Amino acid sequence: MSIIELCGLSKSYRVYQKQEGLLASLRGLFRREYRDVHAVRGIDLRVEQGEFVAFLGPNGAGKTTTLKLLSGVISPSGGEARVMGHVPWKRENAYRRRFALVMGQKNQLWWDLPAQESFRLHQQIYRIAPEQFARTRDELTGMLGIGNLLRQPVRELSLGERMKMELTAALLHSPDVLFLDEPTIGLDVVAQHKIQQFLKYYQQHRQITILLTSHYMKDVAALCRRVVVIAKGRIEYNGSLNGIIDSFSGHKVVTLQFATDQSSAGLERFGQIVEDQPPRAKLRVERSALTRTLAAILAQYAVEDVVVEDPPLEEVIASLFTQVERDSGAEAQAASGTDSADASTAGVA
Amino acid sequence: MSARIATWWTILRICLEERLVYRGDFALGTLMRFLPIVTQIFLWYAIFEARGSSALAGYSYEEFVAYYLLTMVSRAFSSMPGLASGITRQIRDGEIKKYLIQPVDMLGFLFLSRFAHKIAYYSVAIGPFALVFFLCRGYFHNLPAEAATHSPATAAAFAASLVMSFVLGFYLEASLGLIGFWWLEVSSLLFVYMLFNFFLSGHMFPLDMLPQPWRAIFDAIPLKYLAYYPAAVFLGKVKHADLAIDLCVQFAWVVFFIGLSRFMFQRGLKRYSGFGG
Repeated sequence: MSIIELCGLSKSYRVYQKQEGLLASLRGLFRREYRDVHAVRGIDLRVEQGEFVAFLGPNGAGKTTTLKLLSGVISPSGGEARVMGHVPWKRENAYRRRFALVMGQKNQLWWDLPAQESFRLHQQIYRIAPEQFARTRDELTGMLGIGNLLRQPVRELSLGERMKMELTAALLHSPDVLFLDEPTIGLDVVAQHKIQQFLKYYQQHRQITILLTSHYMKDVAALCRRVVVIAKGRIEYNGSLNGIIDSFSGHKVVTLQFATDQSSAGLERFGQIVEDQPPRAKLRVERSALTRTLAAILAQYAVEDVVVEDPPLEEVIASLFTQVERDSGAEAQAASGTDSADASTAGVA
Repeated sequence: MSARIATWWTILRICLEERLVYRGDFALGTLMRFLPIVTQIFLWYAIFEARGSSALAGYSYEEFVAYYLLTMVSRAFSSMPGLASGITRQIRDGEIKKYLIQPVDMLGFLFLSRFAHKIAYYSVAIGPFALVFFLCRGYFHNLPAEAATHSPATAAAFAASLVMSFVLGFYLEASLGLIGFWWLEVSSLLFVYMLFNFFLSGHMFPLDMLPQPWRAIFDAIPLKYLAYYPAAVFLGKVKHADLAIDLCVQFAWVVFFIGLSRFMFQRGLKRYSGFGG
């Protein structure tokens, strides 16, 4: 049995649509227009014990909403979900003692008190035995290098230090499932790297299940083998990170280092030139024609070195997001053309 | 059970520590509470002087002063500054999430937090309170035999009504704050509530001064238990025969608002959208 199972999970919100201006504000006192926002539209997903899965998607794609549903913060509009056999939105204590949610943009520690006080409170709330608490706390703070900051009020910690404290607090009760919502947002590269290394080690060592949302591809590439791409509330891709490039990028990037007296003229016949800085040139070549194109280039030019690479992950993801946005825009247009009672404007109250 | 008590104790201790972080604000907030009573005493002194009579609606000037001093005590128990607006803010800003993902009851947690605030307040305010009551001891000399100064039964009823006024004040304001699940912003509603509270709780004047039918109306709503009732019990204004029934009614209001706040919390969560990221 999978540790996380989602079946047709959906969540819609009713959002007040305010027009610009004072008159519209006055009108809004008596008559308001609402729009149904379908944040999550029938997601099916299974995650196995010990997996580290990344949720990728543009802003407003439904990633955080999915994490909120799985952590029981909100209830769904439809569908089912089970995490470790529990229905999250029932908020049973037996479930809440077995998972943790860390949100990069939300502070869960006591702002005016040192983090050690929040940790002590967690010990009691999660019923952690004193020896286990001391051992876990020392281990986590040691790994994250924050052992000397435990007596400092949280408000006086840097963003990176605070996130490390948040992670420590979240892991004190040794959860089986961890939901991470943009844990490295706003952090400098050193802090990002440190947290990545920590999460990687911790997950491998403890074999816990982690669902991560992040906009930093470096986080994803460093930590997750499996990626779920969500856009417009739907899963658009579910598979390996490398598989995204195979599935959504039809080309490779070829870097050519010419002999010094060789010109790169006429190279555009073989693909789109991305960079031309003699004696070096970079071009985008159709994946299906790669071997043929390389043979032709090597036959016609004096080439000293060749490097063939996949396009950068960020680029592939960005084009995937754009494609999804375009498709859903076209879909919405088609729907509004055929059905005048479009569901987007749900009602007036 | 012992684990639960240990959790309560930890919450209480941490809330207490948090309360003591901003020492200046805490000390000032505690001591400034005594200022309004001075203005009230002077106001009623002027009213009695102008009227030239020794009693007003059954109250002598001494009884008025004693009444205001006692409402100050009952309001120290029942007032919950920032509770309702704090709950609404937590709903709106998404801070409420931490109570939903952790194995902790939000209302219970806030109750303990408020209890800790009150302990911190009393431990500092007990000195000034004792000084004020010592200086004003003359106003308590001519109380009837049913007053708490003479009757242990009244003193016990006074203590019970004070404790219940704390619980009632908490759950009443918590219920108001939980309206935030539906309205998101309740500051205007709270302003109206504070206004009604000021008059209908007996903070402004003793409610038994009012003629019928106002007296009956004010008697039927729970606000009188937040200020007037404990003071009236102490002063012996409530007959011994009525004490038990009145305390039962107060207890019923406490149970009602505990139930209401729990119901609102559960219903509110069903429509909660997890605002604030």
